[in-house]
Amino acid sequence: MKELLRGAILIVAVSLVLLLINDNLSEGSNKTGKNILTIYNWGEYIDPDLLKQFEKETGIKVIYETFDSNEGMMGKIEQGGTSYDITMPSEYMVEMMAEKDLLLPIDYSQIPNIQHIDPYFLDLPFDPGNKFSIPYFWGTVGIAYNPDLLDGQTFESWDNLWDPSLKQQVILVDSARETIGMGLNSLHYSLNSTDINELQEATEKLKKLSPNVKAVIGDEVTQLMVNNEAAVSLTWSGQAADMMSENESIDYVVPEEGSNLWFDNFVIPRTAKNIEGAHAFINFMLDPEVAAQNADYVGYSTPNLTALDYMDPEVVEDERFYPDEDTRSHLEVYKNLGLKMLGVYNELFLEFKMDMK
Amino acid sequence: MNKGLQRIYMLPYALWIVLFVVAPIALVLYYSFFDITGHFTLSNYKSFFSSTYLTLTISSFWYALLITFFALLVSYPTAYLLTKTKHKQLWLLLIIIPSWINLLLKTYAFIGLMGLYGPLNAFLEAIGIGKQQILFTDFSFVFVSVYIFIPFMILPIFNALDKLNPALIDSSRDLGASSWTTFRRVIWPLTLNGVKSGVQVVFIPALSLFMITRLIAGNKVITLGTAIEQQFLVTQNWGMGSTIAVFLILFMFIVMVITGGSDKGASVNEKNK
Repeated sequence: MKELLRGAILIVAVSLVLLLINDNLSEGSNKTGKNILTIYNWGEYIDPDLLKQFEKETGIKVIYETFDSNEGMMGKIEQGGTSYDITMPSEYMVEMMAEKDLLLPIDYSQIPNIQHIDPYFLDLPFDPGNKFSIPYFWGTVGIAYNPDLLDGQTFESWDNLWDPSLKQQVILVDSARETIGMGLNSLHYSLNSTDINELQEATEKLKKLSPNVKAVIGDEVTQLMVNNEAAVSLTWSGQAADMMSENESIDYVVPEEGSNLWFDNFVIPRTAKNIEGAHAFINFMLDPEVAAQNADYVGYSTPNLTALDYMDPEVVEDERFYPDEDTRSHLEVYKNLGLKMLGVYNELFLEFKMDMK
Repeated sequence: MNKGLQRIYMLPYALWIVLFVVAPIALVLYYSFFDITGHFTLSNYKSFFSSTYLTLTISSFWYALLITFFALLVSYPTAYLLTKTKHKQLWLLLIIIPSWINLLLKTYAFIGLMGLYGPLNAFLEAIGIGKQQILFTDFSFVFVSVYIFIPFMILPIFNALDKLNPALIDSSRDLGASSWTTFRRVIWPLTLNGVKSGVQVVFIPALSLFMITRLIAGNKVITLGTAIEQQFLVTQNWGMGSTIAVFLILFMFIVMVITGGSDKGASVNEKNK
């Protein structure tokens, strides 16, 4: 009996000590004072050398954390457990976060390097006047394919995916807006359609794609394409760039009917502690040489016009990753359709997935 | 023992149950009555009875049934053979050890094994069957799930078989029963409880598998777990996600009641010892 009690007391005591240590530790990581900057970014989405360079130049210590979905990121910012100073949501999420009053307006007097950004990418509908956000990277959604594994099939149009010769070959993204969006695009409807008839028509059309679908997965697709396990996939331009750098046979195309043009953007959450540091970091990242180095590392397209001069001309002139304005005018940026509509998209997507066999 | 002390002993258990079982279930139930804009509603329950979710439920049950069946088919003979081996604890350990490895890791390993250029296909080609698309099929899904659940099925069955008094089998044989009759009338009823707990620990989690459905089945198999994950993480419709979870809890409860049943097997077992 006594031993039991002693044991219990010991456990309680140890727990208390651990709790105390943990408290001290988390205080350390939460000490978002003047010289600490907490960055919350997508995985594999920055050149780590640049973080070191920034620390050296400014004396600010960087704490770097990553997320894998816009929604997950917003959830964490909303809860406010950790006070992140900078994060990089996609355009529709910027709109949603601004609506929820989660963002601080950007003070442009602290960001002279904004002059390097291509005006084409500024003042877009999701954030008029760039009140809350500055573009970080941009890209498209398209088809990555491996001609070696397909006899002569080319992809100019989304409809090519429906070709009977592609039985069990096509990999789709496990994301409602991209996949339903492809259905909408192939019918020449808007990616931001809220017309239930159009959406249902798109879903019906997608169901006809079922025999060609090999799988609906996430980032695993990169490895499958690289290893020649899969021949065709619906994917983002940067992911396609990853595949192409490891398997030279792979090609990427944005179909002629149009597709999605997306942006990931710097924003400063309302919970930020080191606001000045956040501005300094954004300004640093917009420096043309830094942006060029970063774009080279990450593989997505930079909106930094001056940075293009510092990059390999072969990359910059590659129409697949830096499409000209004419092509871009066929592309559509996602709008925040609201949670209800997002629900409808996902419900239809679920219906499509269930129909697959 | 005096009653006051007994109450104190109950405290950690009671706290645990309240904090980690009752409270979460109550929260799930609570959230299921709100729509996406935070208004009280019963519409989530109505939409659950739409064809989409009913089909989903049926398909979840079907796959969970398949997984449980095949897991049992492999586990019972394995457990039986294990009890006959010399170093049975060692053999059992060897079967249990893989369950210590992270589930995600094992799943990724299967992507490699079952790939077009993986060893499984190399084998099929060598014996003349030729390359098959193994990954992203019903087969791969059921196979990998069965593999993952087998240790959990073997353990309770092994325990039940191990406790079985061998004298019972001997006397059954002495009295003229065939091997089959002995198995059917003596061994099976006495180990039924082990089988039941094995079925519980396999069937219930199998109902809500979601990671394997994506990685191994390429979302060609959709379960209730997939729908819950999507509602919470993508759609941010906590209400609908909770409603599906409520039904899942309900189904689990029903499965528990069915497989729980009477304790006859155990008590007979005890008496005979």
